[in-house]
Amino acid sequence: MTAVPADHALYAAAALFALGLIGVMVRRNLIFVLMSLEIMLNATGLAFVAGGARWGQADGQILFLLVLTLAAAEVAIGLALLLAVHLRVGSLDADQLSRLRG
Amino acid sequence: MVIAFYIAVAVALLATVLVITGRNPVHALLYLVVSLLAVAVIFLLLGAPFAAALEVIIYAGAIMVLFLFVVMMLTVGSGETAAPLLRPQAWIGPSLLAAVLLIELAAWLALGMPSHGQAHPVAPKAVGTALLGPYLLAVELASMLLLAGLVGAWHLGRPDDSAAPQQQALS
Repeated sequence: MTAVPADHALYAAAALFALGLIGVMVRRNLIFVLMSLEIMLNATGLAFVAGGARWGQADGQILFLLVLTLAAAEVAIGLALLLAVHLRVGSLDADQLSRLRG
Repeated sequence: MVIAFYIAVAVALLATVLVITGRNPVHALLYLVVSLLAVAVIFLLLGAPFAAALEVIIYAGAIMVLFLFVVMMLTVGSGETAAPLLRPQAWIGPSLLAAVLLIELAAWLALGMPSHGQAHPVAPKAVGTALLGPYLLAVELASMLLLAGLVGAWHLGRPDDSAAPQQQALS
């Protein structure tokens, strides 16, 4: 049985990360921006697990667990911010949030 | 059986493309769940069953349900996202992609659970031993992070009480 090359798993993680980054930069709806952030965090987790599988160590899965914790905390804060934005602005368009002239 | 890995990667990439190009948030969420399940299958094939289970339970389960709750809260009253969800073109795509993953999982089980990443999969026991051994401080930091997320979400989500600061101070 031939093994999956470790760099192919890393290529898959890089492709997922790039797709998430494109989503963050292109989409203007804040829900889709948050979803793309989740895709990016998931891709980093995939890279960690692929590295752990390459060397046969448990450290990759542990770092994936920490990324999972980070994603859970991030999504709780992000969705609370999203609800607050919807309450105050009445829209989820990121271009509407220009009161600071940023 | 290595082909299963590439099929899972293709399913993940296709579902992700459909997420970031989606129009309806609920349909995009369905594809995002499929993408996360595909990554869980990749974990399984790489020899990381514990990470695969956590991916399904926490990512595809808990976090996506949180997203779904917020989307339903935001679109409450408009009544335009409930009816199209029952039409076939809303759920047939995610179902087909999920069926591909299910067939892969069945083939993986039928072939005696081979792992492709290395000779020996990293068992959940090894992960747990390392997690509560050398990584104990990281676990404590993760608990602090979750507490910060909880407090932050509560603070941001509570009703705006700037109109009645006196009552807030008294209570």
